[in-house]
Amino acid sequence: MDKPKVDHKSYLNPILARYGFQAINLVQILREAQESFGYLHPDAIDYLINKLNVPRTKIEGVASFYSFFYLEPRGKYRVLFSDNITDRMLYNQSLMARLCRNLWVEPGKLSEDGLVSVDFTSCTGMCDQGPAILVNNFAITLLTEQRVDEICDLIRNRVPLALWPPEYFQVMDNIRRKDLLLEDGFVAGAALAAAIKHGPDGMLAEIRASGLRGRGGAGFTTSIKWESCRNAPGEAHYVVCNADEGEPGTFKDRVLLTSYIDKVFEGMTLCGYVIGAQKGLLYLRGEYRYLLDHLNKILVRRRQQNLLGSNIQGKKGFDFDIEIHIGAGAYICGEESALIESLEGKRGTPRNRPPFPVTNGYLNQPTVVNNVETFAATCHIAQKGGAWYAGIGTLKSAGTKVMSISGDCSRPGIYEYPFGVSVRQILEDCGAIDAQAVQASGPSGVTLSDKEFDRIIAFEDIPTAGAFMVFNATRDMFEVARNFVHFFAHESCGFCTPCRVGTSLLRNLMDKLHNGHGSPYDLKEIEKLNNLLLSLSHCGLGHTACNPVLDTINKFRPAYEQRMLHQEFIPAFDLDWSLQAARQMTGRIDSGAHLPDAEDKT
Amino acid sequence: MSGTFTLNGKAITFEDGQSIIQAALKAGSYIPHLCYHPDFKPHGSCKLCSVTVNGRQTASCTMLAADHMVVESETEVLNDERRALTQMLFVEGNHFCPSCEKSGDCQLQATAYHLGMMDSHYDHFFPNRPLDASHPDFLLDFNRCILCSLCVRASRDVDGKNVFALGGRGIKSHLIVNAKSGKLADTDFSAVDKAADVCPVGVILPKKRGFVVPIGERTFDKQSIDVYIDSRMAKEDR
Repeated sequence: MDKPKVDHKSYLNPILARYGFQAINLVQILREAQESFGYLHPDAIDYLINKLNVPRTKIEGVASFYSFFYLEPRGKYRVLFSDNITDRMLYNQSLMARLCRNLWVEPGKLSEDGLVSVDFTSCTGMCDQGPAILVNNFAITLLTEQRVDEICDLIRNRVPLALWPPEYFQVMDNIRRKDLLLEDGFVAGAALAAAIKHGPDGMLAEIRASGLRGRGGAGFTTSIKWESCRNAPGEAHYVVCNADEGEPGTFKDRVLLTSYIDKVFEGMTLCGYVIGAQKGLLYLRGEYRYLLDHLNKILVRRRQQNLLGSNIQGKKGFDFDIEIHIGAGAYICGEESALIESLEGKRGTPRNRPPFPVTNGYLNQPTVVNNVETFAATCHIAQKGGAWYAGIGTLKSAGTKVMSISGDCSRPGIYEYPFGVSVRQILEDCGAIDAQAVQASGPSGVTLSDKEFDRIIAFEDIPTAGAFMVFNATRDMFEVARNFVHFFAHESCGFCTPCRVGTSLLRNLMDKLHNGHGSPYDLKEIEKLNNLLLSLSHCGLGHTACNPVLDTINKFRPAYEQRMLHQEFIPAFDLDWSLQAARQMTGRIDSGAHLPDAEDKT
Repeated sequence: MSGTFTLNGKAITFEDGQSIIQAALKAGSYIPHLCYHPDFKPHGSCKLCSVTVNGRQTASCTMLAADHMVVESETEVLNDERRALTQMLFVEGNHFCPSCEKSGDCQLQATAYHLGMMDSHYDHFFPNRPLDASHPDFLLDFNRCILCSLCVRASRDVDGKNVFALGGRGIKSHLIVNAKSGKLADTDFSAVDKAADVCPVGVILPKKRGFVVPIGERTFDKQSIDVYIDSRMAKEDR
């Protein structure tokens, strides 16, 4: 049967027009093309090659880099289960198995009728309301067995996603503790008016006086970044907001973007005022695609309010506007130079640095890249002054930090504290009893044991992007680390040898221990690999990929030692296990289908 | 403008804008490398050319030389790390030297010998990478690809063709060719392309001739890679 020829032109033309037929917008064009057709059809790529005047290798190279782009049919319904450790602790694996059983589909494969595909994906930022899934890139929270069964019915009956019960898609803020950033009553435009009163130099001086440091985790001093960018020569300057909140366990930017978005946009705008930029770009992670309409609506309103556009608030020559770019499932794009590559429609590979984005960023022009929360904080500094802000928190860490709290606690959600709060205090507030460990700042951060709960959240002690995952005494910290190692292996961009191969080798070694084949030799190998990653990797992903393993080996050694079942080295290869495929194909489960195990032989 | 830095204690002069490895190779001092090639823009991905600069480790192909830098390359730690990287490249692909047409002319193999690599150490991944024998004059054996991107750069920057590119992500990264069919025969690749001649391993191989130079008489059979690189640089100066 010949399939009818699909007309790709009709849906691609409006998309191409919207993005000015420019290859620099390739990631956005591919995203919209896929939203229209379900996947990136080879004929659609033909058309794009022609219209964008780029080689096929460019489009296929970009499309195959991002997890959410598909070059082959993936089903009318594409279900992705968030696979952070917090989702695992809420039984996402058995829920996925249930869904697959109901729908007769194997994970990672397209169902035979082409209706549905099911797979895992990295943390989707719903840890306080998991287990979570994405269906056609829209977030569904609080999954239960009942909800899984209902979803199966909806899929079987081919109900369009738009007609699914709206409560599935409800994402809650879960704000549990407010401080200055999360306080209500911010009037859009108030911070800009204050900034204009300060003037660009005065505003920069306030930021300097505030001591504000970046909230993405690295803690670079904001005023130095802004000043270096302002002073760098270029045809244009750019403001980029990093809303690619991909660190597993982090979801505070989602809440800031949902309920405090005016502060975020206003912070970007006043940065534009200080550094002399006319364009801002907000890079939103693909998992938060559902926020796009909301963000665009706010942008329209702000343009109407003359808070964006030309001569903002009547200030002659103060022109600034903001564009939203959406990622497509690549953690590495949270690294600022990879993010810029992605904004330019390329594979999200971190650049060689120096030069840094402040001199050579977006389109090779001076660019400030800051975290969502950093921009929001600048509004308060504009209004109340740098000296006031510097008085909050600790001496070296001014202001407050918004924390994303999940895991074994009775009140997961968003907590804002002045810097200097102890881990113990947070655990008490979130209702964590019997905690044995906390993963601060996500897999790339630090694993804290109960001996360290008096340490404080601050750049001088525990710097954090905000993730705070709690593990009670029943949790196996080896499995926590193994989950994180799988995450890094999945998210390595593959550019440099040590990270591309090293994270996979590390994953295989952790799996070897998990499978009961570990010996002290393997533990030494793990330590050696960690050192290689640390000294040779191209960017922070490789440098930090070993953190959870090194920390848990140091602090939770028994979790590893109980897996050292063998004193002498034995290979990871297991002959009986490798016959699994043959057993599955022949449907045999009898003892004759197994080799006598190693113990019997000796 | 020019200046001087020291490499393993030896003074190296450089011109402004030269990278450390560029200046070092010019001066006849070898730093192991695979993705670097003097004719192309540095890529900085294989990390074999890692050195310490004033005590801090960095890739020497992307770091510009500066006056009074103290660069160390021949240390036990660095060579141990390079050997581990080379082993990683071996287990990541499928490298069967004895049956490879490129054996003896292969920079990966020669680098492994130079670094004293005696085994592959890590467990092999044994990836499934089908050949592309579609082109009448050339064969692509992806099993040996080390993702150095030299063919990508040669095709794009010299041939102006974009025949090759990197696709995929992470451990699934792989070389792709510029055709809807994914086959080399359907590209504008030709034997006279720079890209046809730049592969440091045995991915891009000319057809219809095999083992023209017998094993034992090939490039790296006669001289080790550090000497070879030096002679290539010297040739360029002439």
